[in-house]
Amino acid sequence: MDLTALFFLTSGLLLGWSLGANDAANVFGTAVGTRMIRFTTAAAICSCFVILGAVISGAGAAGTLGELGAIDALPGSFIVALSAAVTVYLMTKSGLPVSTTQAIVGAILGWNLFSDNPTHSGLLLKILSTWLVCPLLAAGIAILLFWLVRFYLGIAKPHLLRIDAYTRLGLILAGALGAYGLGANNIANVMGVFVPSSPFTDFTIAGAIAISSTQQLFLMGSIAIAVGVITYSERVMLTIGQGLLPLTPLAAWCAVTAHSIVLILFASRGLEHFLASRGLPTIPLVPVSSSQAVVGAVIGIGLLKGGTAIRWRTLGGIGLGWILTPLVAGVFSFIGLFFMQNVFDQPVFR
Amino acid sequence: MTIWRSLRLFKRTKALEIDVDDYLDKLAQSALAFQLAVQIYLHDGRTGEFEEKLQQVNELESSADRLRRSIEAQLYSQMLIPDSRGDVLGLLENLDSIVNVIEGTLWNFSIETPDIPADIRNDFQTLTDRAILAVEALVAASRAFFRNIELVPDHMHKVMFYEKEADKVSTKLKRTIFAMDLPLSHKAHLRYFAEQIDNIADRSEDVADRLAIYTIKRKG
Repeated sequence: MDLTALFFLTSGLLLGWSLGANDAANVFGTAVGTRMIRFTTAAAICSCFVILGAVISGAGAAGTLGELGAIDALPGSFIVALSAAVTVYLMTKSGLPVSTTQAIVGAILGWNLFSDNPTHSGLLLKILSTWLVCPLLAAGIAILLFWLVRFYLGIAKPHLLRIDAYTRLGLILAGALGAYGLGANNIANVMGVFVPSSPFTDFTIAGAIAISSTQQLFLMGSIAIAVGVITYSERVMLTIGQGLLPLTPLAAWCAVTAHSIVLILFASRGLEHFLASRGLPTIPLVPVSSSQAVVGAVIGIGLLKGGTAIRWRTLGGIGLGWILTPLVAGVFSFIGLFFMQNVFDQPVFR
Repeated sequence: MTIWRSLRLFKRTKALEIDVDDYLDKLAQSALAFQLAVQIYLHDGRTGEFEEKLQQVNELESSADRLRRSIEAQLYSQMLIPDSRGDVLGLLENLDSIVNVIEGTLWNFSIETPDIPADIRNDFQTLTDRAILAVEALVAASRAFFRNIELVPDHMHKVMFYEKEADKVSTKLKRTIFAMDLPLSHKAHLRYFAEQIDNIADRSEDVADRLAIYTIKRKG
């Protein structure tokens, strides 16, 4: 692999770094914010499981993005990922809620438009619908979990110290599950656009373990996520992560677990096969927003507690992000592709 | 490694649960021993039996202190959720202040041997009974905080009730004392003891107020 190819991957790595820096707080924010576990421990668990999730289960959601727009030239992939990264950066700077997922979808649509590649409208609709379904599903799962926890506590009446010990372990496990889900589901955002033009080649270790070029890409992307987690997420965990603190630790556990389940549901090929084989409607394998899953879960628990916890401003902001993020990313992508093709003389599609 | 530490925590949690129960037992026992000691004093004065009860309260206070320190050390070294940890330690330390007041009051009985006229001994006994009922309700509320948080309010209202009752008895007792034909120094001495006993109920109410906040935080 030459240096140019490596350079073109940097925009994806930047996106991965920003994902790790921001979204690890959804997974371990409560545990670190309440000082239940040290940041270094959280970062180590989070990094390991993000990498495992990405390499083992990352292909499903990435495949869907590839169907939306198979970006077949590396310079094109570079611009698409860069547009998404710049959009995420600018919107975060402006204090607007942003999801990497929505940015990357907008940027791919920009590429489709630029390269005259037809957009599969059915698939687009499916992806758009998951943006709504993801927080709703997270809310539903969180409500169910919270109800079950309450039921268990009502029946078993464990000692307060025991509840705390369980919660502590539960938050660590939910965090590990969440990190796996984040890797499995969101690696598509980071490296999905590079899959059709991957500069890597497949190889096998000791003639037994086959490592595909996609898995190598995902490993690289997930290492970038891990670097984001290690270098920058502590600050986010101690600020944004504390958004979950008004919840009791038990409610926070329900929120984090619901978030993790949703992310894995939207990335699990096994579940898709299982549902399809029984003639049931399948859950589309689409990258979804980790932050919006958490917000959905927190609102769900708030509803169960009496409905006073709904922050309409937050919901309005998320709704605005659904429109604004892909639009901005799409425009950046289109302009960026134009420059890459006509100024830098690089092919952005074949 | 954190997971293994958490798993080990489950074993230690059981021991910690027993320690917390033991601590609450000691608080309840010292209150009961105080009640008996005052009863003996009002009846027979500073007898050997009274001194025995004082000794018992002394030992209970010392072992409650040791237990509290050990619980605190375990909670900090074994990483309970810091938010709850602060509340649990706050509760234990506040409960400890009640044991201290109980012990101090008994020591004052032993050292100062107040001369309590026969006319007001019943009032002193009633005041003591009300104050101890407040402590018992507080111990029950604290136990519920650890075991079944939904039941805390059921005990809490009793603490408030007995504290008010103790206040009424204390006020009545002080009025009676100052209406009696006694030297002012004697009246002041008796009032001081009435206030000391009433203080046990007042402290119980203060701790109950804090416990109410801890409960709201937990249930939030």
